[in-house]
Amino acid sequence: MKHLALIATLATGALLLYGTKDFPAWGDPQAPASTYLSPHYIEDAVEETHVPNIVTAVLGDYRGYDTMFETVVIYCAGMAVVSVLSRKREEE
Amino acid sequence: MRDIYEHSAGEDLIIKTSVRLLVPFIQLFGLYVIVHGHYSPGGGFQGGVILGAAFILLALAYDMKTSQEYMTIRVNALFTNLGAAIFIGVGAVSAIFGGLFLDYAALNKLIPLGPIEWHSFGIFLVEVGVGFTVMSIMVLLYWNLSSSGTLDEGL
Repeated sequence: MKHLALIATLATGALLLYGTKDFPAWGDPQAPASTYLSPHYIEDAVEETHVPNIVTAVLGDYRGYDTMFETVVIYCAGMAVVSVLSRKREEE
Repeated sequence: MRDIYEHSAGEDLIIKTSVRLLVPFIQLFGLYVIVHGHYSPGGGFQGGVILGAAFILLALAYDMKTSQEYMTIRVNALFTNLGAAIFIGVGAVSAIFGGLFLDYAALNKLIPLGPIEWHSFGIFLVEVGVGFTVMSIMVLLYWNLSSSGTLDEGL
């Protein structure tokens, strides 16, 4: 079973690595993300949100879902630690 | 409430005194990082961690009971849930008032500040929620890990 899991993991990893060959090059100005999304954020973020810090505008507004679930992830981490560790001290 | 100014004679007098002087400034800086996230690097996550670090420092230099006098376990649980509730609540309220989920401009119908100002203010509300949750989770993690779950006496 362990070997099967290892083979499945390696195969998935190889497939994912093979898939990265079709990605645009690092920092390619012709990549889809650089042709319309980044210019929109850089040019319009201050007008649309009145927040001078573009990073905050993207995190809090355009990518609100992402930030929300980041918060939920931290929340879940706390709940997991509490549910695993929490106990009453035994009487001695 | 035990007196935080009561010095036990020992080698940790310097640590206790300097922590006592530092904690208010650390908390003030944490609030600054949260509130000033619109203009400089920062925001809810970073500021929340700094605020949490202030309580962890208090627990390290004094003991866990002292830090629990300033933030009780119930208040910690309240802040944890309050932060997440603020974030999701802002998103839900803006959905109720006719926008999309987390589309802060829709909140203009509730309080007319102008849709663009609401984008700015909505981000601020959300960051405050993130700060609450991150601060209390950091403290909760420290309490649990350092006392192996009993939350009564740690390191």
